Amino acid sequence: MISVAEVGHFALILAVGVALYQFIVPLVGAQRGDVAAMRAGISAAILQLVLIAIAFAALTHAYVTSDFSVLNVVENSHSAKPLLYKISGVWGNHEGSMVLWVLILALYGAAVALFGQNLPLELRARVLAIQGSIGLAFLLFIVMTSNPFIRVDPPPIEGNGLNPILQDPALAFHPPFLYAGYVGLSIAFAFAVAALIEGRVDAAWARWVRPWTLVAWMFLTIGIAMGSWWAYYELGWGGWWFWDPVENASFMPWLVATALIHSAIVVEKRNALKIWTVLLSILAFSLSLMGTFLVRSGVLTSVHAFAVDPERGSFILMILCLFIGGSLSLFAWRAPQLKAGGLFAPVSREGSLVVNNLLLCVSCLAVFVGTLYPLALETLTGEKISVGAPYFDLTFGPIILPLLLLVPVGAFLAWKRGDIGLAMKRLAWALVLALIVGAIVFALNVRGPWLAPVGMAIAAWLVFGAIADLAAKVALFKVPLATSWHRLTGLPRSAIGTAVAHAGLGVLVAGVIAISLWRIEVIVALKPGESAAVGKYTVTFTGEAPLVGPNYTGKVGSFTLKEADRELATLRSEKRNFKPSGMPTTEVGLYQTWHGDVYVVMGDETTGGARAMRMYYNPFVNFIWFGATIMFAGGLLSLSDRRYRVGAPKRAATAQAVPAE
Amino acid sequence: MTRKQKRLSLILGGLAVIGLAAGLVLYALSDTITFFHTPSDLTETGVKVGQRIRLGGMVEQGSVRKGPGTVTSFGVTDTLKTVTVSYDGILPDLFREGQGVVTEGKLQQDGSFVADTVLAKHDENYMPRELANSLKEKGVKLGKGAEEGAMQ
Repeated sequence: MISVAEVGHFALILAVGVALYQFIVPLVGAQRGDVAAMRAGISAAILQLVLIAIAFAALTHAYVTSDFSVLNVVENSHSAKPLLYKISGVWGNHEGSMVLWVLILALYGAAVALFGQNLPLELRARVLAIQGSIGLAFLLFIVMTSNPFIRVDPPPIEGNGLNPILQDPALAFHPPFLYAGYVGLSIAFAFAVAALIEGRVDAAWARWVRPWTLVAWMFLTIGIAMGSWWAYYELGWGGWWFWDPVENASFMPWLVATALIHSAIVVEKRNALKIWTVLLSILAFSLSLMGTFLVRSGVLTSVHAFAVDPERGSFILMILCLFIGGSLSLFAWRAPQLKAGGLFAPVSREGSLVVNNLLLCVSCLAVFVGTLYPLALETLTGEKISVGAPYFDLTFGPIILPLLLLVPVGAFLAWKRGDIGLAMKRLAWALVLALIVGAIVFALNVRGPWLAPVGMAIAAWLVFGAIADLAAKVALFKVPLATSWHRLTGLPRSAIGTAVAHAGLGVLVAGVIAISLWRIEVIVALKPGESAAVGKYTVTFTGEAPLVGPNYTGKVGSFTLKEADRELATLRSEKRNFKPSGMPTTEVGLYQTWHGDVYVVMGDETTGGARAMRMYYNPFVNFIWFGATIMFAGGLLSLSDRRYRVGAPKRAATAQAVPAE
Repeated sequence: MTRKQKRLSLILGGLAVIGLAAGLVLYALSDTITFFHTPSDLTETGVKVGQRIRLGGMVEQGSVRKGPGTVTSFGVTDTLKTVTVSYDGILPDLFREGQGVVTEGKLQQDGSFVADTVLAKHDENYMPRELANSLKEKGVKLGKGAEEGAMQ
């Protein structure tokens, strides 16, 4: 009988051939106007998905059944691991994560093939061909340098296990979401390259690109939020964002994707910013590729750097240069042929979206410099430096601040020519409410940092501004409530989605400001029975006990949490030692309320039978992830808009004059 | 405004923002980056007292002292020289004697080092890349794991 792993291996190699076919045939077909060749891309994309899905399923099967004849399973799994982590172990290593990468790429490709019936055949063929070329590059990378199906004979009895800090539910699903975001941007890239080849960008093009970019942006948002949530409670450092190069690698595409979903609106509504939008599409995916390179090549020291293998690094670098260099050259050659579109005054909706794009891209550039400067300096001069949070606070903060102030205003400016005075008049009550919030924070926080009232006022400004946007659209309190409600249900979903996402941003900003400025940190040595005060809470160390888990042993410390004299909870912080690597990890004791978390970490033994403890009160920290979830929901609402439903728009319908709004 | 003027104002505005941002980036880079040193190049390169740096090396065998309170002190060595580091806080899970460590903090008058951050993201086979390279340059013979640079 042929083993399942061999079937997977075979399917993966077949997929290389199919990717080559998907790349060449529809592309040539589109050039020659050969309908059959163009149609071939559709079936190739679907076949591609089937083959990679078989490979992925075979690898998952090897993990679930602990088939230690597969080297990858030996190196990254262990028979005593819980089932969830056997499955997440598939992508908890370099080879498997690359298979997941191409699987998601194939999923997007097949989605364009299946749901793109309304796309002109030529455009669909070219998009699928570009998708095929990306698939080809990464499949070759897998087969030549990172094959997950390499066998060992004789198979060992037991595997080495998965890095214990990756054995966590949030982290099990963080890579699939993040990859869905990274790879989703490949669609916008493929559309951009196809448009450059065709020499045509119009409103219909923007309507096709927007939902795909939005999907990618939503997945990126939630993927980054999950990673941050994991870092918060698993690493035990009490922080939620460390400006770690790997975090930045996912944040940069997010910033550019955010710019892209905004600039695509301008292309769609006003037929302007076309060249810029094409460039952004290329940049967004280039940053995704660069993120993959940074994370996968081992040039960075981090939990994500699974293995250092110079051959892999240079292969990904080659893919990077080929796609980024190729697409930018094509851009330089073909972009001048794209006709410039509608005119607009600096103060207008378009103008505000240009400022949005400018600030997002410049902030991305600041992150880019801070992330790559140490690598560049070390390569050029051999000098070793680290660029940490202070750099990013100093650069990213001041660049993004004006953008946050502008968000509510932009939504009130008219297309083509706006009136700031009128916008501010409509926003007056939101501004007043935001200032009141700032004043309250100032009064409660007299000796606190000046940023606190300012930051909270900005957060409130974003939330109230979003409400004001919807209120103005439904003429709240100007017409009977029933009429307003009727208007609200009649609003395009994308308008509601925009307001929801902007409000979510406000919630997120409130969380970020609160934890950055008001966190309470206590480091103290405690013997059993002793207590420490953390803000208004008292934490008492009641003692420790041995701990036995499915694949680890260790110690668990118990704590009682009191507010005044009321007992609120018993917290447990664990120190685990994982089999078989013996690697230690720490589990945080967490008490969550809507207004913040009490966070307790048990440290090592110190002198006299005491243990070092680290405790935090993290005010409003959950607003960060809650805000990100609201932003995701805003994206989902937009996506459900009839006009943006994937593949819905027809070019014929919009090919007439672009309607002026 | 004419079409040309509009475009010009847009471009000038954009350039102004980029210029400001570039200034900010340069200022931040000159002000906030920290340099990496090993114990022996600490004296060679003339790091000033109170300057914020990263100090990396191996935790010297038998050098870890606990107390008072939550303070831990330990020797960081590159086998040529050793610097005593004290740190008030909780050490990372992977901190162990005889293994690589990177600390961030300030050099004191008496030649000791007070760290506010201790990083040790490694397993028994791993040594921070910066460190492995520095030690190799100095001709220190490394163990198998460090040569391979295998990370977790």
